[in-house]
Amino acid sequence: MYAYTDFDEAFVRRRVAQFRGQVARRIDGSLTEDEFKPLRLMNGLYLQLHAYMLRVAIPYGTVSSRQMRQLAMIARRWDKGYGHFTTRQNIQFNWPQLTDVPDILDALADVGMHCIQTSGNTIRNVTADHFAGAAADEIADPRPVAELLRQWSTDHPEFQFLPRKFKIAITGSPTDRAVTRAHDIGLRMIVQNGQPGFEVIVGGGLGRTPMIGKVIRDFLPREDLLPYVEAILGVYNLLGRRDNKFKARIKIAVHEHGIEEITRLVEDRFAAIRPEFTGVDQQILAAIEAQFALPDLRHGPVGAHDRAYAADPVYRSWADTNLTPHRDPEHAIVSVSLKAPGATPGDASAEQMEVLADLAERHGHSELRISHEQNVILPHVHKGDLPAVHAALKAAGLATANIGLASDIIACPGMDYCALATARSIPVAQSIALRLEALKIEHEVGALKIKISGCINACGHHHVGHIGILGLDRAGVETYQITLGGDGTETMALGDRTGPGFAYDEVVPAVERLILAYLELRRTRDETFLDVYRRLGMAPFKAAIYQTERADAA
Amino acid sequence: MTRRYTPKVVTANRLLAGDAVWLTEDDTWSTDMAEAELIEDEAHAQMRLLHAQSRPHEVVGAYLTDAAPGHDGPRPVHFREEFRTRGPSNRFHGKQAEG
Ligand code: SF4
Repeated sequence: MYAYTDFDEAFVRRRVAQFRGQVARRIDGSLTEDEFKPLRLMNGLYLQLHAYMLRVAIPYGTVSSRQMRQLAMIARRWDKGYGHFTTRQNIQFNWPQLTDVPDILDALADVGMHCIQTSGNTIRNVTADHFAGAAADEIADPRPVAELLRQWSTDHPEFQFLPRKFKIAITGSPTDRAVTRAHDIGLRMIVQNGQPGFEVIVGGGLGRTPMIGKVIRDFLPREDLLPYVEAILGVYNLLGRRDNKFKARIKIAVHEHGIEEITRLVEDRFAAIRPEFTGVDQQILAAIEAQFALPDLRHGPVGAHDRAYAADPVYRSWADTNLTPHRDPEHAIVSVSLKAPGATPGDASAEQMEVLADLAERHGHSELRISHEQNVILPHVHKGDLPAVHAALKAAGLATANIGLASDIIACPGMDYCALATARSIPVAQSIALRLEALKIEHEVGALKIKISGCINACGHHHVGHIGILGLDRAGVETYQITLGGDGTETMALGDRTGPGFAYDEVVPAVERLILAYLELRRTRDETFLDVYRRLGMAPFKAAIYQTERADAA
Repeated sequence: MTRRYTPKVVTANRLLAGDAVWLTEDDTWSTDMAEAELIEDEAHAQMRLLHAQSRPHEVVGAYLTDAAPGHDGPRPVHFREEFRTRGPSNRFHGKQAEG
């Protein structure tokens, strides 16, 4: 894992000391809220409905056992004993007191963590495939490049006041688990004629105006990455609209000027600045890469896994849903579900964080990942250790076997916490999961992604849910719009609206009708919900969700 | 005919704790909305809001929001404001837990 250099350490400490002073000056009245607000946001501190919220960056979702323990300590000491993992691979604390925040930031700095650029119109935390460095289907680990981008973008003087926030995602696998087509810049590692490089995608995004990113360069040699990204940012910084917040993202610039024009401008800028990059970035990258080397994987018998798999149906079910092939056949990637039926998606208690930290230390080279689907990953577990890991997870309430199934729901904080929300999302997710559990059908249903946002900002990625749910305020009443057919992977698609929205207590029955309709419509067990939607379109689902068939027949 | 003014309360979040508070008639901040001053006159509402905004050392983001007279005092009209009087629905935290 990446270890802070002296420079990183000094930089982060200086920022904490600075913020400590700013908090003191806000409290003694020398700073107004108007002056203080941008300063606190620069340090990840938001004011939400019931309290402050501190957003901690987990760069590319990678966190060590030591860091996870510190997050648990912070949750216990300064918050209410839990943390919330987000779709941006970050963690949020929902209840800090303003006066405690500088101490929390110091505690984070003790383990090489911070909240810098988790807010504001800057380049945000770079996100990556949560199976990076472990997945069997990977070309290369994308995290060294993500770390290079993080170092380059942190406090980059040219990009502190962009027209709007800017998000970069990167994947090293042809299977896109990082939603690269829904980011301002998406990077997909590819190989062309034996040469490693990137497919560069620009102008994707969800939110009010969802757009699928467009390919701006189908092959970019590896060593051109930094100047090319800098060229994109430079063009955006000038072209991006500052007159209208809702039109300020790069996706609108791409839409308004056209991808051809943007490409021309970016390529011109790239040609101009490329000579300034003399290879220092590549030296730095090489040094970073050494820190992301695959850990020393142990080798030994995997019989324990095979025996448990044959003997224990609970273990088998968990192994079938929650394990992913590792690049080393003796190992597996374990996805730990934070979606027990009725739980808040993404929440983990301090005790659970400690169990995860211990398990990673004992069985997983002290490495953990946070997925944008709000789960925790143990990326390198020897198969012989899996039964022990499963038993420990079970004891901590963390062995829910539902990864990729209907109750593995993404939900943003919504109006239970978020000041921008127009409706709640968490209780909708909880109720759907509980209903699915009562029906006992989700294993029968198979792969199904339900994603819920509490407002048009789409932090819950509802546009790319197979079933997407968007909470709105319609004349003072919580109302939910449902979309179908969204897809956040390499075959990305935006969901289509079914029609009129549903009241709060109508959502769960509506989702149930959709799922039951799917079971009727599919030809085989292998045909997923998304497959059926692509084959048949909206009509049969629409009939089911609005129960019009019956009305027509009557 | 002039439209009847929808009664209001002044609300904000406390600077240090960040929790929701309401402005009372005697210029204190209460964590109980029922203790808030119910304002039934537009000009007075503006005065009270200005007053609230002149106390940045105590609260952040003061605003006027619709309220209705209730048995024990003003109560929220919009569901967002109702949540602010209670806390999150997924965990027993916030005001509902403070009793
Ligand atoms: S989608 Fe809206 S409600 Fe949900 S976290 Fe984002 S801003 Fe808040």
